Amino acid sequence: MKNKFSLLGIIIFLSFCFAVFFKGLNSSNIYSPKVSEKENIPLFEAKDFNSTAYLNSKKIFEEDIFYILNIWASWCAPCRAEHSLLMRLSENQSIKLVGLNYKDNLDNAKKFINELGNPYSQIIVDKDGTLSVEFGAYGVPETFLINKDKKIIRKFIGPINNEIVEEIKLIIK
Amino acid sequence: MKILKIFIIMLFLLSFSNLKSNEKSDELKNKILKNVRCLICQGQSVFDSESEFASSIKLIVERKIDEGLQEETIYRFLREKYGDWIIYDPEFTKNTYILWLLPLLLFLIGGAIIYKNSKKNEK
Repeated sequence: MKNKFSLLGIIIFLSFCFAVFFKGLNSSNIYSPKVSEKENIPLFEAKDFNSTAYLNSKKIFEEDIFYILNIWASWCAPCRAEHSLLMRLSENQSIKLVGLNYKDNLDNAKKFINELGNPYSQIIVDKDGTLSVEFGAYGVPETFLINKDKKIIRKFIGPINNEIVEEIKLIIK
Repeated sequence: MKILKIFIIMLFLLSFSNLKSNEKSDELKNKILKNVRCLICQGQSVFDSESEFASSIKLIVERKIDEGLQEETIYRFLREKYGDWIIYDPEFTKNTYILWLLPLLLFLIGGAIIYKNSKKNEK
């Protein structure tokens, strides 16, 4: 009788260990950031790119349409690569692009825009990178899709590509 | 002349006390930064890293400390923005309770077994 109990105990213990290891080792331990969670855009004040004025986040995202916030810098090569796609997206009437110039030299940034075109309806400056932390960004380039309720519905880390552009177009339709 | 001397000594002492208060907030800052993972680096804390991401986080933490925020509030802010992964020390949540309680449970079970066996041997 006693032996039966200890055998049962051992079996339960071993199956418990098996379950823990099976679950633990089976789940991926590669970290992937959350990219599709709805969260409100942070409240902030940021310097305007073309003037010395400070803009409020409510003012920047005031219209009742979809917005794209794109973090870019003139020193970032992938930003250069994705720029033509942003230009293409900006032709769409139902969306507005807001640029966030990340830790950049203002003259270089202006040269970048003059050379490649300006897809943004508004550009704000993030000189020390703290504003992008408020958005939960990792670096440049990064693109956030903001819906009409002013919630971030998608995050695209890294340069956008044709598939992402199509996905965005599908969402804002 | 004497007054001037006293004045200089006072100034000297005051600058020391200032240094000490700075040290204190630096201590807290370093403690927080060592517990925050640099998400774009490999196996480095924000404290150890010089990446763009880490330097922004350092600035934010410094600013939050200056605003008088508590350590826990700063962690909560970072967790909200980047998820639980950013903090090295895991919090006690429904996902981590096994991690926290299992060692304690095993310790208690082991203790009970040893106690029972020793009682048996006594008999």
